[in-house]
Amino acid sequence: MTNMLDIGRAQVQLLEKLCNTVGVSGDEAEVRQIVLDEVKSFADEIRLDAMGSVLVRKKGRSRNPMRVQLDAHMDEVGFMIVHEDGEGFYQFERIGSIDGRLWPGKQVQVGRSHQVGVIGVKPPHLTAEEEIKQVIPEATLLVDLGPQGKAQVGERGTFVSNFRRAGPSIISKAIDDRIGVAILIELLKHAPTHIELCLSFRLQEEIGLRGAKTAAHYFNPELAIALDATPARDLPDYAGRENTTYNTRLGLGPAIYISNSTAFDDPRLIRFLERTAIQAGIPYQFRQPGRGGTNAGAIQQSQAGVPVISVSVPHRYPHSPASIVRVADWKHTLNLLYLALKNLNRRVIDA
Amino acid sequence: MSEFHPFLKSLIGEAGLSGHEESIKRLVELRWAPLVDEVHYSRLGSLHSLKRGGGNPPRPSVMIASHMDAIGLMVSRVVGEFLSITEIGSIDPRILPGTPVLVLASKGADKIPGIITLPPEDLLFSEIGEGAAGSEYLIVDVGLTEREVSRRIQVGDLVSFNTPPVDLPGGCLSGHSLDNRASIAALTVCLEELQSVQHVCDVWAVATVQEETTMGGAASSAFHLHPTLAVVVDMSYGQGAGTGGRSTFPIGGGPTLGIGGSIHPFLHQRFTEVAHRSGIPVVNEAMPAASLTDADVIQLSAEGVPTMVIGIPLRYMHTPVEVVALRDIQLAGRLLSEFVLSLEADFPDRIVWE
Repeated sequence: MTNMLDIGRAQVQLLEKLCNTVGVSGDEAEVRQIVLDEVKSFADEIRLDAMGSVLVRKKGRSRNPMRVQLDAHMDEVGFMIVHEDGEGFYQFERIGSIDGRLWPGKQVQVGRSHQVGVIGVKPPHLTAEEEIKQVIPEATLLVDLGPQGKAQVGERGTFVSNFRRAGPSIISKAIDDRIGVAILIELLKHAPTHIELCLSFRLQEEIGLRGAKTAAHYFNPELAIALDATPARDLPDYAGRENTTYNTRLGLGPAIYISNSTAFDDPRLIRFLERTAIQAGIPYQFRQPGRGGTNAGAIQQSQAGVPVISVSVPHRYPHSPASIVRVADWKHTLNLLYLALKNLNRRVIDA
Repeated sequence: MSEFHPFLKSLIGEAGLSGHEESIKRLVELRWAPLVDEVHYSRLGSLHSLKRGGGNPPRPSVMIASHMDAIGLMVSRVVGEFLSITEIGSIDPRILPGTPVLVLASKGADKIPGIITLPPEDLLFSEIGEGAAGSEYLIVDVGLTEREVSRRIQVGDLVSFNTPPVDLPGGCLSGHSLDNRASIAALTVCLEELQSVQHVCDVWAVATVQEETTMGGAASSAFHLHPTLAVVVDMSYGQGAGTGGRSTFPIGGGPTLGIGGSIHPFLHQRFTEVAHRSGIPVVNEAMPAASLTDADVIQLSAEGVPTMVIGIPLRYMHTPVEVVALRDIQLAGRLLSEFVLSLEADFPDRIVWE
């Protein structure tokens, strides 16, 4: 296949840098700085909106270029320090949807200095058998920064990164949605000339899809693509039944949305992406319709309405200390969008 | 003060799971060999290091023992690209979901990183749902394809925690397997302290195997070495988040001296005196029945061995994020060496019952 983009060392290094930040919803400054550094030599216009989203425009070179918005979110799930108990112990509250069963026994990092702490539990020797069958109440957990560790109430934190290559995969926290951010940056670097490419790197997605609406209002795009990471729940069933709720499967390529809890994806765009993938020999899958939301809903209802579609990179164990993504799925998602932008024209949505 | 710090970090970087201590015992031997006169291994793999005393033979001997094995997991089933796991030693399974691990693949002798994960609730038995899941429900994902997994990993392969060591402000170290590598570090401090002084009795520094599972290492080593008395150094429950005051001890406040069925009163008294004389803060730890350490089996070796237990407070024991104060390790090591120095040539005759 010619004319395809590759995931090389530079791309993996950028993803690692993005994943290693502490960019919990409401304080995405660290991610934003990396985005600004990456886009500055390729963008015609860079703007921070009132909420702190990064809006990037690359003008087309043809006459009357088609205005297309690509969207990804910079924030990740985590927690906020809410009370100092003294001697390095801190109470915390979760930010975004995290399974409370993931906290015990984990290393976490707090604040922009990435101060490492731990969330410990009492030893099994002091735990009654009955207690082991109950979920550890989240409210009893504390972040332990060490006897002389200091944090401020209001500082945000999350799991340590755990980023590593693992054969065909990458393991890390915050794959959702730093991989979308990385793909947008790469697409900007290879933007086709007949498109006015509008990129929104948004925040506060994990706490209620905030931030998407304002970006779409600003750009007023002719169509938009929301790029995210979606769960692959393709694990074996404990009782050996068929797994019918897998959502997506790892290794089968980009997940094209048909509908989610916030929007019906535009059928014209679904067919267009499918056609593009088939012609280029790029594997793809449809995400099982249903639960789970992206920014597409907010964008769709902006101004007089925007045709919108969501495309996601499948990844296992979302919102956890260590998600798993296949490099091939990342690459195929990048190339599907790269070719889609290249082939895109107004007939796709006029039809 | 913390010359042992890098050594301890290297110790908790090795798996050395209970029953499989090969990697860890080499590290300990390398460090101890220059500090002692003789080194050998027991039939079960415990490390025996002899530092000879200056008294006239036959000299009494002190066995100072700490276990070097660690808790962990083992592959119990390979299902496609996923692994089921079972526990080695005592683990609260509620700390496992999301934990980074290293699969020690026996076939290629390679170390494969992965994570423990809790499957979505609709793939579990309904009684688990959003509740607490036992380790039989958990899965290890190493990010490899089914083909690679079946080629490289098999049932019985060990799975170690892979949380990197981290220093915490206030002179603390956090990581996995500090139980009981921190005690190995304390024994190292003791051996170093003994380099520049004369002691009467022979000292056997012993790193035992299999404490977390069978206690067979300590039992067989005590029989083999037949010491006059034995001191076991192990971890105590440190006060921390989620740990009430009962049976727990503040970290950084010094080691604990056991009192209970496995402890000979003479030894407890001698340790108390030595600590007082040397200005080492100690606190008594009640161990009313068994001590749940190697001391329980050493005490019953051959015709019986007077034993003592020294504890180093550890937060979050048997999790990947244990926390220890370096000061406690240093103090425990010094207490041991001061104790050895305090032993006169006729001390066996003083170990009497009131």
